[in-house]
Amino acid sequence: MVHAFLIHNLRAPQAQDTGLCRVLYSCVFGAENSPDDPRPHGAERDRLLRKEQILAVARQVESMCQLQQQASGRTSVDLQLQSSDEPVPLHEAPHGAFRLAAGDPFQEPRTVVWLGVLSLGFALVLDAHENLLLAESTLRLLARLLLDHLRLLTPSTNLLLRADRIEGILARFLPHGQLLFLNDQFVQGLEKELSASWPR
Amino acid sequence: MFTAGAESLLHQARDIRDEELKKFCSRVVNLLQKDELGPDAVDALQRLFLIVSATKYKRKLEDTCVHLLQATLCSPKCPEQLQLLCASILREMSPRDNLSLSCDHIQSTRQLSLVASVLLAQGDPKGEVRSVGQRVFRILESRQPEGPSPRHLLPVVSKITHLAPHTLHEDQTNQLSKRLVDWLRYASVQQGVAHTSGGFFSTPRARQPGPVTEVDGAVATDFFTVLSTGQHFTEDQWLNVQAFSMLRAWLLHSDPEGPSTPDADDRSELEGSTLSVLSAGSTAGHLLPPRERLREKAFEYCQRLVEQSTRRALRKGDSDLQKACLVEAVLVLDVICRQDPSFLYRTLSCLKALHARLCGDPARVRTLLPIAQFFLNHGETAAVDSEAILRHLLTRTPSEFFHSPMLAFELTCFCRDNLPLFGRNLDILKRSFPNLFKLLAWNSPPLTAEFVALLPSLVDADTAVEVLHALLDLPCLTAALDLQLRLSPATSERPLWDPSLKIPSCLEASRDPQFQGLLQYLLRATASGTTERSGPLHRLLQPLASCARVVQCAQAVPTLLEAFFSAVTQFADGALTKQLALLLLERSDSLFQVPQYEAPVHRVLSSRFLALCALHPSLVVELAKELLEFVGSVSGIQGRGAMLASVVWAIGEYLSVSWDRRCTVEQINRFFEALEAVLFEVTQSRPSAALPRCPPQVVTVLMTTLTKLASRSQDLIPRVSLFLSKMRTPAQSPAPSSTSCEEDAGAVRTRAAELLTLLKMPSVAQFVLTPSTEVSEPRYHRDANTALPLALRTVSRLVEKETGLLPG
Repeated sequence: MVHAFLIHNLRAPQAQDTGLCRVLYSCVFGAENSPDDPRPHGAERDRLLRKEQILAVARQVESMCQLQQQASGRTSVDLQLQSSDEPVPLHEAPHGAFRLAAGDPFQEPRTVVWLGVLSLGFALVLDAHENLLLAESTLRLLARLLLDHLRLLTPSTNLLLRADRIEGILARFLPHGQLLFLNDQFVQGLEKELSASWPR
Repeated sequence: MFTAGAESLLHQARDIRDEELKKFCSRVVNLLQKDELGPDAVDALQRLFLIVSATKYKRKLEDTCVHLLQATLCSPKCPEQLQLLCASILREMSPRDNLSLSCDHIQSTRQLSLVASVLLAQGDPKGEVRSVGQRVFRILESRQPEGPSPRHLLPVVSKITHLAPHTLHEDQTNQLSKRLVDWLRYASVQQGVAHTSGGFFSTPRARQPGPVTEVDGAVATDFFTVLSTGQHFTEDQWLNVQAFSMLRAWLLHSDPEGPSTPDADDRSELEGSTLSVLSAGSTAGHLLPPRERLREKAFEYCQRLVEQSTRRALRKGDSDLQKACLVEAVLVLDVICRQDPSFLYRTLSCLKALHARLCGDPARVRTLLPIAQFFLNHGETAAVDSEAILRHLLTRTPSEFFHSPMLAFELTCFCRDNLPLFGRNLDILKRSFPNLFKLLAWNSPPLTAEFVALLPSLVDADTAVEVLHALLDLPCLTAALDLQLRLSPATSERPLWDPSLKIPSCLEASRDPQFQGLLQYLLRATASGTTERSGPLHRLLQPLASCARVVQCAQAVPTLLEAFFSAVTQFADGALTKQLALLLLERSDSLFQVPQYEAPVHRVLSSRFLALCALHPSLVVELAKELLEFVGSVSGIQGRGAMLASVVWAIGEYLSVSWDRRCTVEQINRFFEALEAVLFEVTQSRPSAALPRCPPQVVTVLMTTLTKLASRSQDLIPRVSLFLSKMRTPAQSPAPSSTSCEEDAGAVRTRAAELLTLLKMPSVAQFVLTPSTEVSEPRYHRDANTALPLALRTVSRLVEKETGLLPG
């Protein structure tokens, strides 16, 4: 099961000093069970912890992506938009996985699968022993859907005020964090449902 | 895209003040109270979501606003877009103390799913998970054909079994298991009908949809699965997909203890006995209890998936799905066999055939891992030898696929997670360490932490020396792998190596047979038991040393070295410690010249050398010859200051009769002469651009060690005293160029003075500088007659009294 899905900005490897790593969207499915802490937990504190956990993941994903880009000799130029007509080659986009030990930052050990597209990073936080092939293809599918349906390639749009569309995509393709075995035809069917449900 | 506009939008959302937010909330309330909820409401809610989610601190929203959000979410006639936004805002604010949301009266399952997502995010302080679960199961049990579709509820069930499995009753579990069987095995094999809205040109009688097809276009030969395709799908086919997606988690939930159930005794008999007779066929399926029936049908489903995966998919997406389905099928089979070993016989034959088929398919190499996992889990039970499978996995796969980040990650995690299960096969893992290091060398950032955990199991008395050499040469291995990729025919469109770095000299030189031999050694797949001098290879691969991937690997090496030494010191005996110490001395000046690699590695090596000597103090005497050579060969001190300091310190500490009876006066004298020569060289030579100033730590360590040796062989005292008194006066060095130089010189002078004073009382010097082993006993310090501080105080008082009488 997926514990969380997040989208954050990816800065070029050389530009680490400018700006910060920002989480642009995150969704936590369910909640981690609170540890047996005798002190009463404030709801505020729990929420703060959740947001900081997600930010920690985003920072690690960004650094992994930058390291991979540097190692393969691809400069930041590749992260920029070439032309809005070309389909983004998602199969060649930088991607990878890494583990988070228990307590750092989540209570239980988790695995993160990530994908870097243009200047956005997408990541799924999974349980420790998951079907990574399925997680990877689900992440690519979500990235493609978000790029297509939110028209992220056109320079003037951004995803900050489009939560309804992101939620609509997640509700169909990753409901409650459940990874689905969807073949191409199922995906097309769901996409049609998705487009039909949006007023415009 | 993250542009400057987006950045400023985020700032605005974070910086909005409370009064503005209050006004905005009342605007939202007005918009939501209207009868017609139009695009204004959508826009306002989108902004509200951004405001709430942009900051990690709590945002105070008006209670009326929150209540209205909840009401809108639960209202039956609200459009989906707004429901999604309300749910997402409420979820972003979670956990929240005064949420009054309830799922009891919601009829639409889609809406119920949205409300559940908010409730499940609360962290369960009030048992929300249980109440959601109960409501969901009530709907599932109602079984009305025109009723709400369970399609939106299954993911909620899956989430609940993950969060709070104890909230489901046994009969609810059984009930759902029965329905899962129906959906998995008996879904319709005809395609669904298109949902066409009416229209002027629509035909009144839609064309009869045909049967579902396989991924290669052929007509489906058996029951419907996730690998069956068609133009449109029926509801039960959707449920088939959902059911399989949650199957593994459900099986684990419905039988968490595994075989330790009341009839475990029967099962344990099955385990050891001839499985073939007892588990031949699946008879009388309908008489089985729901759990067992689900397992049976799940088994059939997995077998069908395995068969379907042999087909050649027409679309790339389906081909990827086939791989994911193979992995899942094997994982589900693993769970089934763990819960009911009577399935083992049928599964083994199926998986052996599958493994044989997959071995030759490079596109499906990742699917070999769960199969190997299965054989590790069940090999003992089924008396099947998993050795061949493991051997293939560890000796062939890493050499060919080290450059795939996902495979490298999965294979490393496989090794790490299954350490307890390897058993007799742990030897294969140990011998394959060179191959595993290839994964690490190419993908060091994500895999370093995993290898730190894995290293202790790869190292034993036989492999330790070879592993240490391999670790020190890890960046060289990265460079060699890069070279290997450039030399071999390209397998993908985009080069796997860094195309911005051109290395014609390397490619040319690699044709030399001498280098080929060394390269082959470095790129070996299994431990060879011998070591080769890698110096020539370092020179060959030098152009690659500044490559980013090599530098990243080099940064990981110090951590790995620490992990190695922590592991080795657990079992190293005297002979191995000696070998390792020698290795440290040798390799400290023959490292691959990667920028900023040498200094951190020297720090680790020097501290670990001291640790090894502390473990086996007689090491210094045993290695006397090599240490003398080391000390004598130090000409370019700047690179090896750390190593020299620790070697000299070790000599000072452990070259004495109290640590090893074989220590002779001649040895002490020989060391003394060698160290004196070094000290002379470093202090008398003028610092220049080529020879930077010797670090003061090295000078003081040399002086201290010379004093220690002199205290043990007292004929040397006059020589040392002379030398030290020269050190006390400011040397004929050029004027100090900075305050740190002045401080350094001051520290050296102070130390020289202290040592000189100490040498005036030779027996005290011996007492202080060569303490007996009882120093570590607390009693030694409490006993008024033997305590060191007391002795020192006495001495200093005596010395002060006599200062006026002694010259200098």
